[in-house]
Amino acid sequence: MATTCFVQGNEACSLAAMYAGLDFFAGYPITPSTEIAETLSARLPEAGKKFIQMEDEIASMCAIIGASLTGSKVMTATSGPGFSLMQESLGYAVMAEIPCVIANVQRGGPSTGNPTHVSQGDVNQARWGTHGDHSIVTLTASNHQDVFNMTVEAFNIAETYRTPVILLFDEIVGHMREKLVIPEPGEIELVERLRTSVREGVNYHPYLPREDGRLPMSDFGGVHRYNVTGLYHDMWGFPTDKGELVDGLIHHLVKKIDYAADAIAHHVPYYLDDARTMLISYGSSARSALSVVEQLRRRGERIGLLELQTLWPFPVQLVRDYARDKEYVGVVEMNMGQLINSVKLAVDNPRRVYLINRVDGRLITDKDIKQTLRVIAGQGV
Amino acid sequence: MSKKKLKDHLINRDWCKGCGICVAMCPKDVLVLDGDEKAMASHPEKCIACRQCEKMCPDLAIEVITEDAHGKEE
Amino acid sequence: MAVKEYIRERFFPHMWCPGCGHGIVLNGLVRAVEELAINKNELVIVSGIGCSSRISGYVDFHSLHTVHGRALAFATGVKLSKPKLNVIVPMGDGDALSIGGNHFIHAARRNINITALVMNNRTYGMTGGQYSPMSGVGVKATTAPYSTIDNAFDCVELARAAGASFVARTTVYHVNQLSELIKKAIVHDGFSVVEIFSQCPTYFGRKNKQGGAVDMLKIFKEKTVLIGSDKKKDNPALMERGIFVEKELPEYCKAYDEVIARARKA
Ligand code: SF4
Ligand code: SF4
Ligand code: SF4
Repeated sequence: MATTCFVQGNEACSLAAMYAGLDFFAGYPITPSTEIAETLSARLPEAGKKFIQMEDEIASMCAIIGASLTGSKVMTATSGPGFSLMQESLGYAVMAEIPCVIANVQRGGPSTGNPTHVSQGDVNQARWGTHGDHSIVTLTASNHQDVFNMTVEAFNIAETYRTPVILLFDEIVGHMREKLVIPEPGEIELVERLRTSVREGVNYHPYLPREDGRLPMSDFGGVHRYNVTGLYHDMWGFPTDKGELVDGLIHHLVKKIDYAADAIAHHVPYYLDDARTMLISYGSSARSALSVVEQLRRRGERIGLLELQTLWPFPVQLVRDYARDKEYVGVVEMNMGQLINSVKLAVDNPRRVYLINRVDGRLITDKDIKQTLRVIAGQGV
Repeated sequence: MSKKKLKDHLINRDWCKGCGICVAMCPKDVLVLDGDEKAMASHPEKCIACRQCEKMCPDLAIEVITEDAHGKEE
Repeated sequence: MAVKEYIRERFFPHMWCPGCGHGIVLNGLVRAVEELAINKNELVIVSGIGCSSRISGYVDFHSLHTVHGRALAFATGVKLSKPKLNVIVPMGDGDALSIGGNHFIHAARRNINITALVMNNRTYGMTGGQYSPMSGVGVKATTAPYSTIDNAFDCVELARAAGASFVARTTVYHVNQLSELIKKAIVHDGFSVVEIFSQCPTYFGRKNKQGGAVDMLKIFKEKTVLIGSDKKKDNPALMERGIFVEKELPEYCKAYDEVIARARKA
């Protein structure tokens, strides 16, 4: 029997991580994500697994990478300032292709901003926070059941594509309490890491992709001793600066994620079949956006909502297809306009894309959204 | 344990960078740098097989091969 | 040479300058693991960034070449996740004690069973000879054309105060002591630190008119003394070599097993 509980979003994330087979968590206290560390500090030892509170977020990110290489499913959790500190080693995980999950429960920024208030200001940081050319996966959710599902999916994607996956939640989703149904074991399929079948004594190339682009791994402590580095490297994992190898590596790192974009474009369409107006939103903003759509639908307006759960790689095709027959698109987010830029690049008519936002640390309300919609429609404030 | 006798110095000329550490640290002046700035044993007969050169070479370029009294190589 | 079994010969000759002390550390390290006859599959080397950190690529262990200063944090993840692995972390002085200083003291505080080798050449070699937190006062560097005014850390005292349960110091001149101390550090059950004075003839030696590699090695011989030697009384400026701390304290991964036991009872 599936278990039903009444929990915070941060707890839902932690329970999902346990469900997904989390072996190792390293973290550092920071509001509003701390409940993830607290919950896991109890759950992991119960399961005979590892929890460690590190000296800072830099060390937390490094520790999970080290643990992942021994074959563990790993995770850390943080918020804006800590997420900033993690960026260098996040890039290392991209370069060395280390499966790991990083939850960022967003708060107000820049800088210390407001730890206890909501924001969605880290959307572009999730995409481009670490230096250098790369692609990244970022998932989000607006309710606890989806927090659970997306967290499990984050582990599955990390293990499938050998990549860091960012869970970009926000303070409202992290802290509010609502019902969660924990699925039975086996109800959601779990992906285990692809391990090499190369036998001892036979050459194993840790960084030689198979034809399908996947790279079977070998755990540290196993029979294959290889090198892992953040430098440009060859198929052995050894540093190289040969032009064709570097070019191949960068293309591989970017394309393995970009080619997966359609397969991992998680989203929920609401009332979009006959809609003339489309809202696009994600995270806690999507709750308000959905409320507006339902209210206006009751008044007979043909409006719908596209809730995005995969933010990066941006689901270009999906957004373009849904936007095609719409008169205009309103992007509802709690920042000065971050995801909207990707929406504009995706659609045929970017001038019909409008920002509907709020940035004072309070949840954007249905009233805020309706007011902006009236302005867009030329009906005054 | 019988005393080890020198059999040979194996000097990897591809690895030696001619730093001169082995030459300076050998207690018996066995080694010199040759015209290519590579270490070589000019007086192997004086070698006491102490392995100082082997242990101090930063390039792992020297190996001191010894044999025991029964001629067994080590 | 049996030590060859522990190195990746195809990457030799290595990238270090002629006479660089880091090669002597590599030499001492492979002799130590060879004498301990550790199964290579259970050896993990984790390093950061700098000339010293390149050591990880040359040994035939599981090798993790990470980012600058954070090697001990990565190593903590490896060790806690799979405690049966032997984890060795060679670091330069800047890597370990400047950018990595926080991780250094916290790894020591936890007393996690990791072997930290601080290869102290008092400079940043990789970037061209800038001063480091171990340069000390009155040293010339490419970022100190008028000589340094910064005090140096005492690595041994820092490690001791932070809680390391094995702390030792030697130099690359003292090659027998070098491999012996590395062996003891690896075998020790807890966080162990071996500070190893190493020469950078290319930058530190040249900038500070210390001569070449051989001259710098002679300075290590002349300026250091075994712990407890009478010579230190006559010349307090001599730097002591040997084991400063060696004590049994609860090891972190073992203590964690008790956390698991308590959690399961609860
Ligand atoms: S110590 Fe090694 S590298 Fe230096 S000269 Fe001797 S053999 Fe060559
Ligand atoms: S083994 Fe000793 S005596 Fe012989 S060459 Fe080497 S350093 Fe000199
Ligand atoms: S720059 Fe200095 S530390 Fe770096 S390899 Fe050369 S001698 Fe060694």
